[in-house]
Amino acid sequence: MKKLVITSENIKFLKKINELADQDITLCEQCGTCSGSCPMVADMDITPSQIMRMVQLGDLDVLNSKAIWVCASCYSCTVRCPRNLDVSKVAEALRQVYLRKALDYVEIKKIPKYELVSLPQIAIVSACRKFTG
Amino acid sequence: MKIAYYPGCTLKTTAKNFETSAIAIARELGIEMVELPRWTCCGTVFSLTADDLIHHVAPIRNLIRVQEMIENGQIEDEKRVLTLCSMCFNTLKRSNLRVKENTEDLKKINDLMYREKDYRAEIEVIQLLELLKEIGFDKLKAKAKNPLKNLRVAPYYGCMILRPIEVGIDDPEDPTIQKDLLEALGAEVIDNPYKKVCCGSYQTVNNKEKVAELAYNILGHAQQEGAEAITTCCPLCAFNLDTRQKEVLKNHPDFQQMPVFYITQLIAVAFGLDNKTFGFNQNYVDPKPLLKKKGLIK
Repeated sequence: MKKLVITSENIKFLKKINELADQDITLCEQCGTCSGSCPMVADMDITPSQIMRMVQLGDLDVLNSKAIWVCASCYSCTVRCPRNLDVSKVAEALRQVYLRKALDYVEIKKIPKYELVSLPQIAIVSACRKFTG
Repeated sequence: MKIAYYPGCTLKTTAKNFETSAIAIARELGIEMVELPRWTCCGTVFSLTADDLIHHVAPIRNLIRVQEMIENGQIEDEKRVLTLCSMCFNTLKRSNLRVKENTEDLKKINDLMYREKDYRAEIEVIQLLELLKEIGFDKLKAKAKNPLKNLRVAPYYGCMILRPIEVGIDDPEDPTIQKDLLEALGAEVIDNPYKKVCCGSYQTVNNKEKVAELAYNILGHAQQEGAEAITTCCPLCAFNLDTRQKEVLKNHPDFQQMPVFYITQLIAVAFGLDNKTFGFNQNYVDPKPLLKKKGLIK
């Protein structure tokens, strides 16, 4: 396990995510309800509650997690959090930190045309909104 | 009654059958759905970051169109806009709520759209199921000359009409609106806990295998409980549960394919409407054999 020394950079990161997500993430008490409610958790490298903990510590490594991209914004965690926190907003804030560097997480161009033509527009527009910068 | 109707992009293409069946049943119930002039895509997903106002411009612009319809008399005594698609419903309703609760955001968005008349935040966004409930399921029952007898249906709600709580149309943990409606139409309703579990949504674009697994769970559990069909009111859920059965079958060769209906298609069948309104040719798994077997269509 790595040792984390909290520096001003970590505190700045926590503040930034708090601001983008409009949440006080330090309120999370790590009960794990979000992780137990998440339909995508089996495909995540870290659980939703671990995302929350890493953000609390200002650990920038959370930006490299697969989990923030696997979140489907289904709000199952949102309706169950006993502290009224919204993990889906935190995941979106983390995705935005990446996407706002004008980077794409999914290259829509690389999806074969026969796939794209069969998809409903709401799928394509949502994927562009969630995965492209 | 006349009500403003926001279709959204997918209702004009892969979910055309949702629109034709909805318009037909609404007409039967004395509701005229008046399509918004010059509507645009709502953006499909509600922007979740606090500082991102630009993505609320599209939903609010569409609500300005509704406001104009009332001003020029196209719609009278009705300040609500009707949506069918769950995703449009969620996006429009949440953006509307944000500007209703935050006058500063409303002003900024209005300033951005300086060529439009200011949005006054007086419109309400509703989903078709809410309107049908308001009319009364007993009224629908009275219209059902072809009741869905012996048809075992599992309602599927998905996420966007239930969550978050401030926009949900029913209990987010145990919704019953579709059950009440289908029972009124004579169907045997199969309730199961997977009715509110996410189908993977837009992950279908870059991770269709995962979506196929989620679909397998949702459909499989409904089947285990004895369901012969699923109902939904979201074109993305419909795609993931219906069209993705192709991938489900590839991974699970014993899987029995099952029809996925838009709830409005089954209402149209129960009302005994013209079969042109059903639009079954757009369903991936053909629902006609099941309905014929049950004597519900010829």
